[in-house]
Amino acid sequence: MKLYNGGKIITGLVIFLGVFLAPFAYNAGKAAYSQPKLKMPENEKECVESKEFMRTKHMQLLNEWRDAALRDGKRVYVNSKGKEFEMSLQKTCMKCHTNKAEFCDKCHNDAAVSPYCWDCHIQPEGVKK
Amino acid sequence: MNNTRRNFLKFLGLAAAGLCTASAGSALAVGGAGATTKEGPQAVKAKRWAMVIDTKKVGTKETIDVLAKACHQAHNVPNIPTKQNVKWIWAASFEESFDQPNNYLDEELEKRQFPLLCNHCTNPPCVRVCPTQATYQRPDGIVAMDYHRCIGCRYCMAGCPFGARSFNFMEPRLHLDLANLNKEFPTRMRGVVEKCNFCVERLAQGKQPACVEASNGAVVFGDLADANSEVRKLLREHYTIRRKPSLGTEPGVYYII
Repeated sequence: MKLYNGGKIITGLVIFLGVFLAPFAYNAGKAAYSQPKLKMPENEKECVESKEFMRTKHMQLLNEWRDAALRDGKRVYVNSKGKEFEMSLQKTCMKCHTNKAEFCDKCHNDAAVSPYCWDCHIQPEGVKK
Repeated sequence: MNNTRRNFLKFLGLAAAGLCTASAGSALAVGGAGATTKEGPQAVKAKRWAMVIDTKKVGTKETIDVLAKACHQAHNVPNIPTKQNVKWIWAASFEESFDQPNNYLDEELEKRQFPLLCNHCTNPPCVRVCPTQATYQRPDGIVAMDYHRCIGCRYCMAGCPFGARSFNFMEPRLHLDLANLNKEFPTRMRGVVEKCNFCVERLAQGKQPACVEASNGAVVFGDLADANSEVRKLLREHYTIRRKPSLGTEPGVYYII
């Protein structure tokens, strides 16, 4: 069997594979991704829901809180253990998580997401120009 | 053996239906297992919130500025020294406020200023025209906004006959005193419309609206549906008018003349 234009095809394949695998080569030997160390609240051990729930679903929970508080006027959240919280990002979440840079931003930066919460909401450390 | 294909297809259909309902069911429940929501214990409630303003008592620019300052401080409303200013409550003359032109108005009334704000209409045109339902009417009559959903199309500003809405032409934080923000309330961002919210966030805590608190009794807030409320008492005892009643929007702000 004869491969027509074999030289070109094989060079092409080698270049393609080289470019395709470059990121792997570039990252080889570097430490694997590890979850960032967050600064947890000092006075409070338990969040509104379990750690796992908050980690994966806090965005949905915040959306639900927003709609319940604004549209239905229901501003108190009773969690699965019966504990009550006011549904408010500024008045509840950020009262414990007092450091946005050491808490929110760490994972958001790693995950390359930029939620627009702080375009309007005021972070605990205040707003600077 | 005759049945195999038929059974196989039946099984396939059932499995697909099962998968659909399972995923739909799990998508519905987001809050933690067993979590519920409810109203706060101190919240004050009403069937139809309304406001009565005694313009004999708050009838000058200075007195109205006191109300505006309290409101704008409570809601982080910027003060922009151009025509693009944002305002939730402001002062205007009789002619600007009411559609009752009179060339021979008495002098006192001609000089008097009237505090204007969102009327929280019973038939709010702004709610009808909002394409994203960012503006909505609560069951207690308050016309509120969800700034997350506002896309800044300004239909509501065109729809509102009272000029009660302001557009954030620029980043409002550039014109706010950032050291003295009310940290219990958010600011807004560039490109959204905003207006008076009858202090829903304060009512939820059992407080009266900020302007009512600052007015020394000249502005009264209460339930229009309750015949024994203070607003109904004032409406019984005084001659009151509303802005542009002929439009049929049924404003919820009454002015004692």
